[in-house]
Amino acid sequence: MAKLSDFRVRVEDALANEEVRGNFRKAMDGLMSRRLDQFPDEAELERLRTQAMAIRSNSLDNLPDLLEKLETNLTKNGIQVHWAETVEEANQHVLAIMNKHNAKSMIKGKSMVSEEMGLNHFMEELGIECLESDLGEFIIQLDGEMPSHIIMPAIHKNKRQIAKLFQEKFPDIPYTEDVDELTQTARKILREKFFNAPVGLSGVNFAVAETGTLCLVENEGNGRMSTTVPPVHIAVTGIEKVVEKLSDVPPLMSILTRSATAQPITTYVNMISSPRKEGEMDGPKEVHLVLLDNGRSNIYSDPELLATLRCIRCGACINHCPVYVRVGGHSYGTVYPGPIGTVLEPQKDGLKAHGELAQASSLCGACGEVCPVRIPLPSLINRLRYEGVRQDQSSTKDSGSRRKTAEALTWKGWSFAAQHPLIYNTGASAAASFRKLMPSKMGAWTRVRTAPPIAAKTLHQQLKAKGIDNE
Amino acid sequence: MSKARNNIINRLRTTKPEPCHFSERDHLSRFNWDKEERINRFVERMVAVRAEIIHASKDDWAEKIAEICQEKRLKNMLVSPETAQGKVLYNMVDQLPDLQSYDHEIEDWKSEMFNQTDAGFTTTLGGIAETGSLILWPTKHEPRLMSLVPPVHIALLDTNQLYTTFSEVVKEQGWVDKGMPTNALLVSGPSKSADIEQTLAYGVHGPKELVVVLIS
Ligand code: SF4
Repeated sequence: MAKLSDFRVRVEDALANEEVRGNFRKAMDGLMSRRLDQFPDEAELERLRTQAMAIRSNSLDNLPDLLEKLETNLTKNGIQVHWAETVEEANQHVLAIMNKHNAKSMIKGKSMVSEEMGLNHFMEELGIECLESDLGEFIIQLDGEMPSHIIMPAIHKNKRQIAKLFQEKFPDIPYTEDVDELTQTARKILREKFFNAPVGLSGVNFAVAETGTLCLVENEGNGRMSTTVPPVHIAVTGIEKVVEKLSDVPPLMSILTRSATAQPITTYVNMISSPRKEGEMDGPKEVHLVLLDNGRSNIYSDPELLATLRCIRCGACINHCPVYVRVGGHSYGTVYPGPIGTVLEPQKDGLKAHGELAQASSLCGACGEVCPVRIPLPSLINRLRYEGVRQDQSSTKDSGSRRKTAEALTWKGWSFAAQHPLIYNTGASAAASFRKLMPSKMGAWTRVRTAPPIAAKTLHQQLKAKGIDNE
Repeated sequence: MSKARNNIINRLRTTKPEPCHFSERDHLSRFNWDKEERINRFVERMVAVRAEIIHASKDDWAEKIAEICQEKRLKNMLVSPETAQGKVLYNMVDQLPDLQSYDHEIEDWKSEMFNQTDAGFTTTLGGIAETGSLILWPTKHEPRLMSLVPPVHIALLDTNQLYTTFSEVVKEQGWVDKGMPTNALLVSGPSKSADIEQTLAYGVHGPKELVVVLIS
């Protein structure tokens, strides 16, 4: 039997883990029904999605100009801009800033781009501590795990598991499964870290070109802490996050938070336009923005795949995905899981590494229906399946690399037969006549299923017997 | 100019995506709420996220704040002596906890701020009815951490400054023309998290309690 890929091994493990499956099911069911409550008027929701798509499309249409404008305005405001083509380069930018300040640690607000950069790992190798301060990120960091969801990183754990983890890591604090008490423990530990951290790092939800403003949404206040208390703030983000106007932000933000966590707005919307000015009493004295490409400009060159870059990272496609809810976030083995990960990761890191994800979809269409910026996720997944085995129209890395000669030949033969009735009918009758000879085990598919028997007569023969003949 | 920058911009410039023709981009405020409706919506949203709402008038808001301080047994509170509202509070110190002003850089008194400050009082630039949000533009008199580090945040909101949506605020208050401040904030409730099993817990990193004094 062929060796299972790493992805399939992880999927099988995940499917066998009932506790984790239960955690995901419960969370996703809640998220789906609460999101629906946020959009009681369906026609209105469709209008808002069109508006949000239009805003993001406009940003992408003018991306190079807007990035230049963003840089000009940020620089004018005193925010230093750094460009990185690769994650290595982005990490080096952050490192240079750390070194300049002799900083040996940083406190982090939530940032998926920093996960993409593998920033924590990179810094820790160099003896620099990166402490996650978002409660969910803090929990999984304690356990040495990756986020299993882009919005709710610790969603795979239940409170009993978290209570046990806290007991193991902080033996002095009495065991509790009370969510409030667990939260207060984290608050106490992290306050001290905010207090001492020389550098704070955060992501960005929207970067406004018109005013040179970085917008961050969050509920806990750790984002505000990370961007206000330490003397240096470093923001990292992808080049696609820019929007043209400040007036683009309110509608996008509103559909973002409602799609993500079913909140009309997050507790904090934090808009940063400059470092501490003369006479101001707090805020970082230096603010940096690292703009990361990492394959995005390549995605940009394909008129269909370009839609991927509209994503505002709300996670709704993940919450509604019937595959994700069963296999969980870690099975994907990528930074971004679920439908958006399935579309983004192979384009970022190549089809050889992650092209298999496109197979892990039933193409049910739920993701495309809920996406607030109308990214046609199912079509893009289909496109990547095609790219995996064909090289003809692609700019995606490693296109054609998933092509298997036997499979390709089989399909070629099939398509030839389907176009030649004589061959097709002879083949079909032969299959029916010799059906007893069909082996009961036929590869991976029959490992956990019984193969259906071939009928004694072909469909054509059965119809003919009924007097229906279309030939 | 950095090499990375030029490479990225040049790569992007080789493509010209189909321009989008959606006029929907500017489709704006969808509601037609009068003042009373705005107040009701605002209060409803705030209460839903466990903020406390205190109704007051132009003449008695300061006394209401004194009552809140007593009720919460606050020992001290950060108040700016420079704002008009702060001046009112400094004129009645005998009814209030120890008032402190945030008039030196955070580095000089970080430990007191983090460990000994009970509450922060701030003014606001208005509120948003749709989402139940306060608009804050911190200044050197009312700095950024005043509404973040102390466990209780008390904010004053004039109902005449209650807008319908965030879009409306950006437009009517002329944010772009005025120029954005170092930090602009929307605050919609006390700090919270649902990261543990989707169960809401309040007071994660920011204030555990938010009190909004509404002046009608
Ligand atoms: S693809 Fe759409 S639904 Fe998925 S995270 Fe991005 S914006 Fe949200």
